[in-house]
Amino acid sequence: MTTDTTKTAAVTTPAGTGSRTTGLRRLTALGGIATIAATFLSWTYTDEFPGDLTVYGYPGGLQVLTLVAGALVLLYALAALDIRGLRWLAPTGTTKALRFLALGAFGTTWFTVIAIAVELGGVVNLEPGGFVAAVASAIPLVAFLLPDDTRKASRPKEIPSWAEILIIVLAFGIGLFVVTYGIDTEYAELFTGYMITAGFAVGALFKSGIMARLSVLTTKYRSIAVAAAFVAAAAFPFTQNTDQYTLIAVNILIFATVALGLNIVVGLAGLLDLGYVAFLGVGAYTAALVSGTTASAFGVQFPFWASVLTGAAVSLIFGVVIGAPTLRLRGDYLAIVTLGFGEIFRITVGNLDGVSGPRVTNGPNGVPNIPDLVFFGYDFGESHTILGIELGGYANYYLLMLLAMILVVLVFSRAGSSRIGRAWVAIREDETAATAMGINGFRVKLIAFALGATLAGIAGTVQAHVQSTVVPEMYVFAGPVPPNSAFLLAAVILGGMGTISGPLIGATLLYMIPAKLQFLQDYQLLGFGLALILLMRFRPEGLIANRRAQLEYHETGQLDTPEGTLPDSGVGTVKAGA
Amino acid sequence: MNDMTTTTETTTPVLDAGGVTMRFGGLTAVRDVDLKVNAGEIVGLIGPNGAGKTTFFNCLTGLYVPTEGTVRYKGTVLPPKPHLVTQAGIARTFQNIRLFANMTVLENVLVGRHTRTKEGLWSALVRGPGFKKAEAASHARSMELLEFIGLQDKADHLARNLPYGDQRKLEIARALASDPGLLLLDEPTAGMNPQETRVTEELIFAIRDMGIAVLVIEHDMRFIFNLCDRVACLVQGEKLVEGTPSVVQGDERVVAAYLGTPFEADTPEKAEAPAPTEAPEPKAAPEAEAPAGTDGTAKGAEPVAETPGADKAQRTTSTEGEGQ
Repeated sequence: MTTDTTKTAAVTTPAGTGSRTTGLRRLTALGGIATIAATFLSWTYTDEFPGDLTVYGYPGGLQVLTLVAGALVLLYALAALDIRGLRWLAPTGTTKALRFLALGAFGTTWFTVIAIAVELGGVVNLEPGGFVAAVASAIPLVAFLLPDDTRKASRPKEIPSWAEILIIVLAFGIGLFVVTYGIDTEYAELFTGYMITAGFAVGALFKSGIMARLSVLTTKYRSIAVAAAFVAAAAFPFTQNTDQYTLIAVNILIFATVALGLNIVVGLAGLLDLGYVAFLGVGAYTAALVSGTTASAFGVQFPFWASVLTGAAVSLIFGVVIGAPTLRLRGDYLAIVTLGFGEIFRITVGNLDGVSGPRVTNGPNGVPNIPDLVFFGYDFGESHTILGIELGGYANYYLLMLLAMILVVLVFSRAGSSRIGRAWVAIREDETAATAMGINGFRVKLIAFALGATLAGIAGTVQAHVQSTVVPEMYVFAGPVPPNSAFLLAAVILGGMGTISGPLIGATLLYMIPAKLQFLQDYQLLGFGLALILLMRFRPEGLIANRRAQLEYHETGQLDTPEGTLPDSGVGTVKAGA
Repeated sequence: MNDMTTTTETTTPVLDAGGVTMRFGGLTAVRDVDLKVNAGEIVGLIGPNGAGKTTFFNCLTGLYVPTEGTVRYKGTVLPPKPHLVTQAGIARTFQNIRLFANMTVLENVLVGRHTRTKEGLWSALVRGPGFKKAEAASHARSMELLEFIGLQDKADHLARNLPYGDQRKLEIARALASDPGLLLLDEPTAGMNPQETRVTEELIFAIRDMGIAVLVIEHDMRFIFNLCDRVACLVQGEKLVEGTPSVVQGDERVVAAYLGTPFEADTPEKAEAPAPTEAPEPKAAPEAEAPAGTDGTAKGAEPVAETPGADKAQRTTSTEGEGQ
């Protein structure tokens, strides 16, 4: 309550400023309405530009994104104007959120308009509607003239727990829809627009404090939130008509699972492993060789559970064999040696072809024709109809991979908050002090390394069946297609080290961007380099920061200073009173 | 020489270091040092900077493997690995605070429990009743220790955000979490103000009363002479003298080691004079160096620089004395 009154006071005391603020907010709201209206106009003459933006009264393609961005601007502008029933949108202030949203609407619209002009050869291709949209979307930028109204979130209103649970479910539903929309984007322009809109909108939601409020709810109902997240993830294949995007989703899951495994090694234990993809390769090759394919040197066909166990076991052995000598090194040396071992794996596998080595892996040709999995007569390669919805082959693998990811998430969270997890973090923080506290550094690091290897191996066994071919070139240090060691590490760092959701989001972004923006192919690595540099400059803790990293990198605004008062002040008042 | 010590030879000492020598190439940092710590004792280790005190500590805790000599804990020879030494029952703190800065206060202490708990990766993944019981016990014990040092209200703070004095205390709590029989403290009051030093003193007495023997390195002479049952002085890697605080305090070689040897003939008398006062060395400096019979006024006359050379010498010695 106090915060509210101070805020109103701050805004209204200088009478002129107050009315100016209200005026600007009204203008922003008008800009939002104008942007929405502009999407109902025709923006271009021909339907050569993908998405068909020629129709009046029916927004299509990129116009839908502009519409959404405009609507969000309108909503938040109305919330800023203190319209009843909208205040919950921005517990910690609207201005910053409005600025983000204004940029989102502006960015999406102008990107579209410029893309039309460039691709169709000139501004002449724009209909008046396009110009109207460009101008309308620039109006909300006046939000940058608004005074900053950042405030401390007031206590949320008491609502019954069923409503809170409903909010969680709703939030994950929206999340599923947004992600699905992104995966389903059909052309590069639409995906770019989606990234602009979604990026700024998510930023705005964080700035407005609504995400913090949501995360309070998810912490309160943790198991429900986790269940909702996985139900939302499992629902994805049911939203798809074809296998095209399910395949992308499967690959994202593989990539994310392996990144999460790497996060145990890098994020918790602090071991910089630059050859992690080799363990994925070990798992995949093991599964391929025991899958019963004709190309295998071993004429055996293990059932899937056995091949998963074999893949995990072989990865574990490789992890221990590689870890035992290398984990005696610290820091940079470990990174170099693991990089070396990663390459050794790829080159060795490439040479076990019967010419330069024993015939095991067919060398560079790899192991093709890995058969589809069959569980109790349920063939993963075929389509099945479940709940009246036809699921393609990849949907089966998607669900299987989701199970593997749940396993890794479970391992990560359970190991992380235990005696061994604390020992990992202690080793990462200060190895000398950790050993002086009785932690056997080598042993604990080896456990982390081997655990990471095993999880990657499990992911690899599924990957072999999804891809139906494994070749050495899939397991390089750096390459255009994730997962490779460099991208795995980038996913962990981009998303946020030591968190669960961080690597998942990092992996999703790092997979989707190259998959969707094919035209970027030549500049992709350059782009990632730049993105990582910018990230390290502005958000070194990653997109999703755990509490620890947040405090580590941002000294100000500490979350855990004692409630409002310094420890000494209590003593002071006592003295003053006495 | 060292038979003035008040050791009782009937029980095995908690710590028995015999002939510990540590060489780094041609440099002998610690030479043939013997030291015993008995149960319920607080032993001090003093010496000028660079005397090899911390090196000796590192030899005791397995961070260094001594070139010669053995270290026994309650009669058994200690293994040359730090984590095994901690496992055996010797815990330590560091001269420059080495907390796990980005872990919470409670987590720091929980890490200290590592050697006294067994739960491995498998039980963490399965989360059986044994795991939960062990975690709960670790939590309870850690909170108990935090209450002991008075940080229970800051259990969820990051260690890095604690004020300096609290960080020192937390390091002690973390060391205590491994249920040690001997606690090694490396300059526990460095950088503390007199009040904080007094609190630390109380804390160490309380630790002794818990039945834990303490070996403490310190430069604050008042602190060490108040606290310790015995004091050993290390100079240039060798143990110069060992005995009760009054014995060490009165030993002119200790004073000489801290302040340098005076060249005047009648120094022994002068060196004895400040012994009754509790902190001899900073005050002794001006007096020992005082030129021709101006004993009483020497301190007050310091700013007046008559002979530039003498004044300079005086200043350097006094800063040395205080800079400990």
